[in-house]
Amino acid sequence: MTVGYARRYAPLVTMPPSVAPALADVTASDAALRRFLHGLPGVDAVGLDARAAALGTRSIKTTAKAYAIDLAISMIDLTTLEGADTPGKVRSLCAKGRAPDPSDRTAPSPAAVCVYPDMVPVAREALAGTGVLVASVATAFPAGRAPIEVKLADVRAAVAAGADEIDMVIDRGAFLSGRYLKVFEEITAVRENCARAGGGAARLKVIFENGELATYDNVRRASWLAMLAGADFIKTSTGKVAVNATPPNTLVMLEAVRDFRDATGHQVGVKPAGGIRTTKDAITYLVMVNETLGDDWLSPHWFRFGASGLLNDLLMQRQKLSSGRYSGPDYVTVD
Amino acid sequence: MSTDRVNVLKTYKLYVGGKFPRSESGRVYEVTDSKGNWLANAPRSSRKDARDAVVAARKAFPGWSGATAYNRGQVLYRVAEMLEGRREQFAAEVAAAEGLSRAKAAAQVDAAIDRWVWYAGWSDKVAQIAGGANPVAGPYFNLSTPEPTGVVAVLAPAGSSLLGLVSVVAPVIVTGNTAVVVADEAAPLPALSLAEVLATSDVPGGVVNVLAGSAAELGAPLAAHQDVNAVDLAATASDTGLATELEVAAADNLKRVLRPAPAGDWTADPGTGRMLAFLETKTVWHPTGGLGAAGSSY
Amino acid sequence: MTNESTPATGSPAAPSGLFTYAPAPESRAVVDIAPSYGLFVDGEFREAADGGVMPTLSPATEEKLSEVAHAGAADVDAAVRAARTAFTGWSALPGAERAKYLFRIARIVQERSRELAVLETLDNGKPIKESRDADLPLVAAHFFYYAGWADKLDHAGFGPSPRPVGVAAQVIPWNFPLLMLAWKIAPALACGNTVVLKPAETTPLSALFFADICRQAGLPRGVVNILTGDGATGAALVAHDGVDKVAFTGSTAVGKEIARTVAGTSKRLTLELGGKGANIVFDDAPLDQAVEGIVNGVFFNQGQVCCAGSRLLVQESVHDELLTALQRRLRTLRVGDPLDKNTDVGAINSAEQLARITELAESGEAEGAERWSAPCELPSRGYWFAPTLFLGVSQAHRVAREEIFGPVLSVLTFRTPEEAVAKANNTPYGLSAGVWTEKGSRILAVAERLRAGVVWANTFNKFDPTSPFGGYRESGFGREGGRHGLEAYLEH
Repeated sequence: MTVGYARRYAPLVTMPPSVAPALADVTASDAALRRFLHGLPGVDAVGLDARAAALGTRSIKTTAKAYAIDLAISMIDLTTLEGADTPGKVRSLCAKGRAPDPSDRTAPSPAAVCVYPDMVPVAREALAGTGVLVASVATAFPAGRAPIEVKLADVRAAVAAGADEIDMVIDRGAFLSGRYLKVFEEITAVRENCARAGGGAARLKVIFENGELATYDNVRRASWLAMLAGADFIKTSTGKVAVNATPPNTLVMLEAVRDFRDATGHQVGVKPAGGIRTTKDAITYLVMVNETLGDDWLSPHWFRFGASGLLNDLLMQRQKLSSGRYSGPDYVTVD
Repeated sequence: MSTDRVNVLKTYKLYVGGKFPRSESGRVYEVTDSKGNWLANAPRSSRKDARDAVVAARKAFPGWSGATAYNRGQVLYRVAEMLEGRREQFAAEVAAAEGLSRAKAAAQVDAAIDRWVWYAGWSDKVAQIAGGANPVAGPYFNLSTPEPTGVVAVLAPAGSSLLGLVSVVAPVIVTGNTAVVVADEAAPLPALSLAEVLATSDVPGGVVNVLAGSAAELGAPLAAHQDVNAVDLAATASDTGLATELEVAAADNLKRVLRPAPAGDWTADPGTGRMLAFLETKTVWHPTGGLGAAGSSY
Repeated sequence: MTNESTPATGSPAAPSGLFTYAPAPESRAVVDIAPSYGLFVDGEFREAADGGVMPTLSPATEEKLSEVAHAGAADVDAAVRAARTAFTGWSALPGAERAKYLFRIARIVQERSRELAVLETLDNGKPIKESRDADLPLVAAHFFYYAGWADKLDHAGFGPSPRPVGVAAQVIPWNFPLLMLAWKIAPALACGNTVVLKPAETTPLSALFFADICRQAGLPRGVVNILTGDGATGAALVAHDGVDKVAFTGSTAVGKEIARTVAGTSKRLTLELGGKGANIVFDDAPLDQAVEGIVNGVFFNQGQVCCAGSRLLVQESVHDELLTALQRRLRTLRVGDPLDKNTDVGAINSAEQLARITELAESGEAEGAERWSAPCELPSRGYWFAPTLFLGVSQAHRVAREEIFGPVLSVLTFRTPEEAVAKANNTPYGLSAGVWTEKGSRILAVAERLRAGVVWANTFNKFDPTSPFGGYRESGFGREGGRHGLEAYLEH
């Protein structure tokens, strides 16, 4: 990429994975970026909603359901993002991550535990040796309203404390006022700050806050913007606003990562977050992934659920499948 | 010794594509008044004249159907204006054709003029009574609008050479159709003269084409013509055999067929039926959706 | 991009993928099909006068579902007489009372919708998700809509006190058996007519179950009569002197024959016939939704839809991109057991229809169009045809001109809006069309110039009881649905 911002910081950082040369100059200027993003095919909202709803009617039973439940569990970013978080709360959540169903050790572990940056050391220690990753929100999550230096410091602190993944928020104000290059440059800068001192880098998830972007066209533009800037994952929402992940707004993002890989060869993950509470919800998302993206994305490396309550519902359904009886909330752990 | 001035007689011609040709067949037939006195020789149209008229009508269709309803209304009103100016001529022709008193013939002409005015006013209203929004149960805007069906072959009714004729032609063209009209064989002169009015009334050439001759001879090729969209069988009111034959022929490309009604009173309120008979309803759907689609809760 | 060897990016859910869907069959137990059915005449089931019967098969398995009576001329006469007798009382009933019968029918359809959906899927071969989510909800909605008109006809714009026409002979096709019945019977009854309805030869069962609904609703005897039979039965019905009104949905060839039959009579006629709908995709279309619209346009109900978007007209500048996306999408279509809740494409309705589709598809290849199907395994029994594209089609090919009435899409290209409209209109049909573009003024300009009775802009194959439906030119005349749909059943 030949973006000015990326060039200035080039000595400091690893460059994002190369994006197809054909797209290199779309980020050369605000005007070029705007032309590119506004030239993407539009989204007809009614048609999109209808497609998502149709996929929601798939009937996933027996063996397919068992597969989907275990896959969904393995894709969860088990999340606590509260002002009231304490080391105790985080340790408890990590314990849940280590052994989601104490009564059934075959239950898979979630992909990661997602916390605020100051809780990363706690989580890191609690999850040592488990394979469960530590994800940290950063960049003045959830509003993102802080000076860029503060956001980058937030990122560096989380990475330094051992975060495997960084969930950043984009500047929705800049996006909605059409300053796409500012958003792009911020993502690029955050990405550079994900580099670890000893080599390698935390994977970067870029949160759009779809509920604030308000239109599906904006969600598609934000998806391309973030992918051009080197996002490893694109993520629907913070979970902190009224409308978070929905099947249709996630479907737009699935289509975007599909098209981006077609254009560039570069694969990007997707993470719907917020509002996904039931097994049925999770299966709807997996059906969307299956029928939009296929096998290549059916793994925790490429698809995540940002959720907390979802895990227990999946575990109850899992118990039902193995025992034939309906389970209840007293048979899963509250952490 | 005084001599009466020798009248200049009129050569009646067909009206096709805005021009006044003779029949390509070279045939004419004698038109008489109700007492059998010679009035004129009318051209006897052939199948080929009918074919030419259909070509002219088809050619005129995009422009005429694409004109604004306001424009078509003004053109029809202009026909009334021009006819008003030739009231005396038409009264004389109708009197001769139908054997009416001068006063009764004049009343027929007046009614015909008023009929143009009536239909002129419908041009920009018919869509509002025949179309509208449909409240479908889903996030769609749904609108039905009437559209002209295309080229309409009109076999003009017998027995009402001007008012009957106007009553079947005006409703066809006001909505944007173009017409091939076969005048009443026995009394074609008012129809052929009306063509002269149309030619001077801003009616684009080809919108109305007037043929004279036999409804049976011309009806058959018109009813079977694959580029005619509809047929008004008014002339066959007293010939059910012909009506059936033409309706059968019309089935080949599923023309819209307006069956003949028993001879009635052409001065009665015409209603909207003759306009609606030659309209198609087109319904267009488009998604509406919400303003904040990404925010719309699922 | 036009052959299977091209690697599919973002490979979709092939049956062999990681996440395969276990069978999810809808239970057949909800419907009880008797071994045989009679004709429903004058409120009672009776055998055909000559004792004729015919089987009805499940097209998905070729299993015989039941045996129905084969009505002959004597049965047609009896049914028309019953309808005539019933007309006196039914037409004299206050509209508000007729309305209540129709409301009852709507409600009973809703109550029995699962049973009827399974029945329809068994007899027709369509996927249960379509009979469940499209056919049955629309059937109930149609009766509900026209029920409300029964006491408001004076306000419908057909004169101050419009009268019913009399006895309506209604002949319906096999593609949406119960929905086409609803389109015919609901407005007829609302306007005070009585009916003799002939369901299609291959799909008689849901109409016979509807007869039972009439019984449950307490509908007066003779108001609805159902005659099962074949083409000869239908021909006898429309030719019967006691019939005042003929309504037919089916092929253009039969429609023309019916028009000749009723010529010279006073019978009123409406025809809803074939189509060769153009689905026009401009380069500024919402492409992902356009792909869905194309799929829905021609693979809904196995493409056995008169208004199917069976000709794709795609702007050359976006052809490759669109076709890649379309082919990727077709690879995810699930073809198979119609009762499986995850089936997208079910069985072709009959061996005869399958033969017609097969013959036309072969002509497409013979005439030089490029045939493409997603790999899919078809069941060994029953009537099946894989969703198929023809690429590089020109207007001269038979697959671009003739109605295939199957899951076959012909792909053509255009360069300018003018050319798109010209090609779309270049057919004797005129039932439906689609337009895909984000430019509002272009939608309106193109929609205005398309000669088609229904134009779907940025959507396709949407239906609603309030929305008039019907064709231009050889797609027939008259409209069904909405206020317009009353006209065919009123003297005015």
